[in-house]
Amino acid sequence: MSHPIIKDDEVDVVILATQPDLTSFLEEWRPMFSRYHLIIIKDPDMQKDLKIPEGFNHDLYMKSDMDRILGSTSIRFSGYSCRYFGYLVSRKKYIVTVDDDCVPAKDGRGFLFDAVAQHISNLRFPATPFFFNTLYDPYQKGADFVRGYPFSLRNGVKCVLSCGLWLNLADYDAPTQALKPDERNSRYVDAVLTVPLKAMMPLSGINIAFDREVIGPALFPGLRLAGEGKQRWETIEDIWCGMCAKVVCDHLSLGVKSGTPYVWRKETGNAIETLKKEWQGMKLMEEVVPFFQSVKLPETAVVAEDCVLEIATMVKKRLGPVDPLFGQAADAMVEWVRLWKAVASVSPTPGV
Amino acid sequence: MAVPMTPLLKDELDIVIPTIRNLEFLEMWRPYLQPYHLIIVQDGDPTRSIKIPEGFDYELYNRNDINRILGPKASCISFKDSACRCFGYMVSKKKYIFTIDDDCFVAKDPSGKEINALEQHIKNILSPSTPFFFNTLYDPFRDGADFVRGYPFSLRPGVPTAVSHGLWLNIPDYDAPTQLVKPLERNTRYVDAVLTIPKGTLFPMCGMNLTFNRELIGPAMYFGLMGDGQPIGRYDDMWAGWCVKVICDHLGLGVKTGLPYIWHSKASNPFVNLKKEYKGIFWQEDIIPFFQAATLSNEATTVQQCYIELSKQVKEKLGKIDPYFDTLSDAMVTWIEAWDELNPPKKAELPNGAAK
Repeated sequence: MSHPIIKDDEVDVVILATQPDLTSFLEEWRPMFSRYHLIIIKDPDMQKDLKIPEGFNHDLYMKSDMDRILGSTSIRFSGYSCRYFGYLVSRKKYIVTVDDDCVPAKDGRGFLFDAVAQHISNLRFPATPFFFNTLYDPYQKGADFVRGYPFSLRNGVKCVLSCGLWLNLADYDAPTQALKPDERNSRYVDAVLTVPLKAMMPLSGINIAFDREVIGPALFPGLRLAGEGKQRWETIEDIWCGMCAKVVCDHLSLGVKSGTPYVWRKETGNAIETLKKEWQGMKLMEEVVPFFQSVKLPETAVVAEDCVLEIATMVKKRLGPVDPLFGQAADAMVEWVRLWKAVASVSPTPGV
Repeated sequence: MAVPMTPLLKDELDIVIPTIRNLEFLEMWRPYLQPYHLIIVQDGDPTRSIKIPEGFDYELYNRNDINRILGPKASCISFKDSACRCFGYMVSKKKYIFTIDDDCFVAKDPSGKEINALEQHIKNILSPSTPFFFNTLYDPFRDGADFVRGYPFSLRPGVPTAVSHGLWLNIPDYDAPTQLVKPLERNTRYVDAVLTIPKGTLFPMCGMNLTFNRELIGPAMYFGLMGDGQPIGRYDDMWAGWCVKVICDHLGLGVKTGLPYIWHSKASNPFVNLKKEYKGIFWQEDIIPFFQAATLSNEATTVQQCYIELSKQVKEKLGKIDPYFDTLSDAMVTWIEAWDELNPPKKAELPNGAAK
């Protein structure tokens, strides 16, 4: 069975600039990014001018552009959340995005892993959510389905979300990192696997890729913490939309993969400093997980937008009373779908 | 933080090995397995004598022994198939079982170091599983790993691990059609991960390199009716794995898969395999949905109770596919009866006493 190659011009690389000088970041990624179109979003809260090195085919969006395109909206596209604006304005089928404190990871011999190529491969080949393959991704070279894997399930389903991992600074929450200040993730696990049907997982927005046309509406800045700051461990918006996206994927028989590619995440921030703040996020997760595990979507919801609106209604009803942040998240989800329909029109891609 | 030594569990673990040939492979395993007691289940012709390397402490059972010990209940133990190994699980008196095939050798990790497979299995089984929420950095209890951002704290203690499912380098565990299409494919990818299989997810369990907590899940590790006189083969471990996973999910126990790797040296004949698997390939299309939909009642609180309930569902729902499943369902009940007979509750347990 052939799996059509994903062409370079079907991909946008979305970069959120949280630092004014993107030179070293983009130079490190140049071998992987240079063939693609980049969408660079400048954090509206950042005052300094942005420095972008030559030679990248890119579009840059700043506060003024964002205000103009969005019009009046209750969603605050700032901090990590302004990356989602990039998803709105992209006209490509696929998005790859990495945080700007990440650089390409290296293998044992010093060769760079091409994270973009691996993400694209993950999206190109099917996912297998209905039955676990003990040799992980059966479509990888040198692997296959093992004995006992039903033949009717071997075609798999379309993979629409690829979740990568991180070497060096792993995506831990603040208390975990504070308890183990010297712990760094040095284990390269050479696998990508499908996250099974009904299994929930925390989506880390640091290093992901997805099929924008299909699942874009389910990746949004919804749950924003009151004390949300500029460190990853002070955010939860990616975890929240990741849970929605997984529920939507399960409902629509679409796949989510997790594993390679890895990126190298640079030292940043001080976990112990963050300990001084209150982590609503972790308290809220206690409610979030049982809620999503119980979500059932109606048969009539056949596209991501409809699914998101259904979930928003359930969030408002069942989680709204628990914490006002959930009510706000539900509103944000509805607003996001409105923006998606208004702003994110999809141009037809030949051959798809 | 100092890395604690992995306990040997020398007096708490039995190694069960089915064989029809010889046990020369144990020579390579000697540095790692010699401290342990072996239970060897001899398949095939009982008049053949099996040579066991010097220095290993073992019990050996052939078909005559199985018939003698179980009497009429011996009908549940497969003949002329490695599925007979589950007899070893039944007669063991230990808490843990490690089972390995006699064509599995010590593998090396990417740095060239030999892998002590049993040590890794023990690490897996002594640390909790996390079936309720997927940890993207895999087993959070391994050195150098932890729970990622977003992982609810209330789920971080995990649940007891009932099964540790290891993998294989070199000859992969493919079915016959795949072996025929890719006779030269070898598994060379060392994936440095152990992970919990999420609740509600089924998997194809391979019995080549497997460890389990006999006290937690032993009665569910029945390897079915295969081999001589049966319409199917090479589905023994599969069957056990599906039953085990449904029951583990029901009882809140965990199943891990991944490390350790062993080196699987012998590729079985794919044409012979195809004949054995043929029916299974068709039947699994119905068997999988059956297990995916299987639910157990709240009253089923022990493994045996869960297993008996499952056996009734097998008869009811799979019996219509083939009379084999009727026979299998009966054998499942016989197995539990035999298990309970050989493993009566310990006298020290009071009716309302605390759990062990």
